[in-house]
Amino acid sequence: MDDFNSETDSDYTSYWRDWFISSRGNEYFCEIDEEYLTDRFNLTGLNTEVQYYQYALDLVTDVFDLDCDDDMREQIEKSARHLYGLVHARYIVTTRGLAKMLEKYKKGDFGKCPRVMCEHQPLLPMGLSDNPNVKPVKLYCSKCEDIYNPKSSRHASIDGAYFGTSFHNILFQVYPALVPPKSIRRYEPRVFGFRVHAAAALQRWQDARREELKDRLHKLKIDSGFEDDDDGEREDEEEEDEAGDMDVVATNP
Amino acid sequence: MSSSSQAPESWITSFCSLLGHEYFAEVSEDFIEDDFNLTGLQSHVHMYKEALEMILDVEPEEDEEDEDEDEEEEEDEALGDEGRLGYRRAGDRRHMRMASDLSVIESSAELLYGLIHQRYITSRPGIQQMAEKYELQHFGVCPRVHCNGCRVLPVGCSDTPGQDTVKLFCPSCLDVYTPPNSRFQSLDGAFFGTTFGCLFFMTFPELDVGRGGDSFLTATTGGTGSATNADRATRSGASSSSANQLQHGQPTTINGVISSNLAPGLGQGKIYEPRIYGFKVSERARSGPRMKWLRMRPDDITELDEQRRFHEMQQQAAHDDGDDEAEVDVSMSSNQPGDNAADAIARRKKAPIRRRRQGAGSGVGVAVGGGSPMDTNGAAG
Ligand SMILES: [Zn+2]
Ligand SMILES: [Zn+2]
Repeated sequence: MDDFNSETDSDYTSYWRDWFISSRGNEYFCEIDEEYLTDRFNLTGLNTEVQYYQYALDLVTDVFDLDCDDDMREQIEKSARHLYGLVHARYIVTTRGLAKMLEKYKKGDFGKCPRVMCEHQPLLPMGLSDNPNVKPVKLYCSKCEDIYNPKSSRHASIDGAYFGTSFHNILFQVYPALVPPKSIRRYEPRVFGFRVHAAAALQRWQDARREELKDRLHKLKIDSGFEDDDDGEREDEEEEDEAGDMDVVATNP
Repeated sequence: MSSSSQAPESWITSFCSLLGHEYFAEVSEDFIEDDFNLTGLQSHVHMYKEALEMILDVEPEEDEEDEDEDEEEEEDEALGDEGRLGYRRAGDRRHMRMASDLSVIESSAELLYGLIHQRYITSRPGIQQMAEKYELQHFGVCPRVHCNGCRVLPVGCSDTPGQDTVKLFCPSCLDVYTPPNSRFQSLDGAFFGTTFGCLFFMTFPELDVGRGGDSFLTATTGGTGSATNADRATRSGASSSSANQLQHGQPTTINGVISSNLAPGLGQGKIYEPRIYGFKVSERARSGPRMKWLRMRPDDITELDEQRRFHEMQQQAAHDDGDDEAEVDVSMSSNQPGDNAADAIARRKKAPIRRRRQGAGSGVGVAVGGGSPMDTNGAAG
């Protein structure tokens, strides 16, 4: 494998994995430990998912030693990337994997939420399916709890199954302190300074649903997790905002 | 002097073709030459007159504007060609200017153009031009997965320059997003303003908002391609194609908006449901969902018809005595299913205003939707 051997080499570095995670477009992946990869238990069932499974695994673990033509090598290379992705989905929900992804999350390796009100909340990669070749990777924002398409086309083509449907939710369950405070701030469509009625009515309806949620949580004595959730204070703030808005609407006609 | 004499294209055209200026429409010179449209901008822009001249590529041959300096009047008359000489002199003066002056004027011209642009895109020709850009997806699509590639519009969160950069408004989720490309992240939002985004969709109410960028392309190749956005929007009912399946018994319009165009990216099936190994994460968990309300939309949209609900409540409350206002407010909150005490308080605070709005128009949506702002605008533009 000239591609991976040609540069600086020391015998212990993980050539292939190093190369893989530092390749452009693979920024969402963390490096899977050698131990994890060599424990067959962790790979259960993948041999049927991946073509040339053994060669691919050899390649990923830097023990590949097959003399073959370029086409074959390319096939094996492709299989190795697929295998890495499938193992990755399993690895990132382990303690070590979560910790590695957490580091990347804190560095903002997965980008920031495009929603203005989320104020650059870091995102996490996720899949809409655990099966490969179903949906490309999406990005989850823990502030607005919604999912977004990656900005870059080189990320938009990564298989979502390499991250899976559970990882990002497990991360916040394991590290609940990382759940960001939720914000009730939102964009209010206006025309010449007046709130647009159809949108405003929908937002009032949504606000009522939010208050119901808060109420349910309150009865269960569960922290709602909203910013400034000191009830008295919050009411005051809302009152000011709304009074301002509504007055303008009222003067409109 | 500006590049007018050498450059084949106008200042406006070259400004709009700069990298990072892709969101701008080309403001027509007619619009700029109408003083009415520039009312009040003078005080916002240094070297206003020079900036305006730069934008208009003012040259002696082309100009018969009457706002020249008075001093030149007599000589001009002697030559029988007032406008020409006046501007030639202005040009001479410009020659004397220092390069630093020029760069001041250049940046003033950009600011002035932006402020004029904010007004232009809410005028009839301007909004039309933006509709063509929207159709061509010049502003990109919503990054939200459940908005399904819905096209977005550039908007400002403030009408005052220097406050905030341009954002993208998505009509499908009624939210705003940061442009993905960093070259737009320094563009002033005031150059687009707070009004344009919603005015656009009020102006083209038939526009199929939920239609994604991709499905649009397919539709184009399917044969409707020659129609512009505006055409399609004005032809009534023409755009009722894709996302407009209405549920049984649901009104076709709600609060002045075609029901299928009211936040089609929200509601059941379009809210992310967090799961761990297939099991929903309970809202009782500390990391459980808290933000679903942000993406909710009632299955029964008549729940959004506040006026109708209000009337129903009034009838219920008809037999009550005492203070009118208090009665109305309380009944209002009690009619909303699932309202809690806090909500009732919030509602009571809003109620007087809501009543006023209701008194004003027969249809709820009319207050803003079909109402005065647009008409005024149409007249102005
Ligand atoms: Zn977010
Ligand atoms: Zn959207």
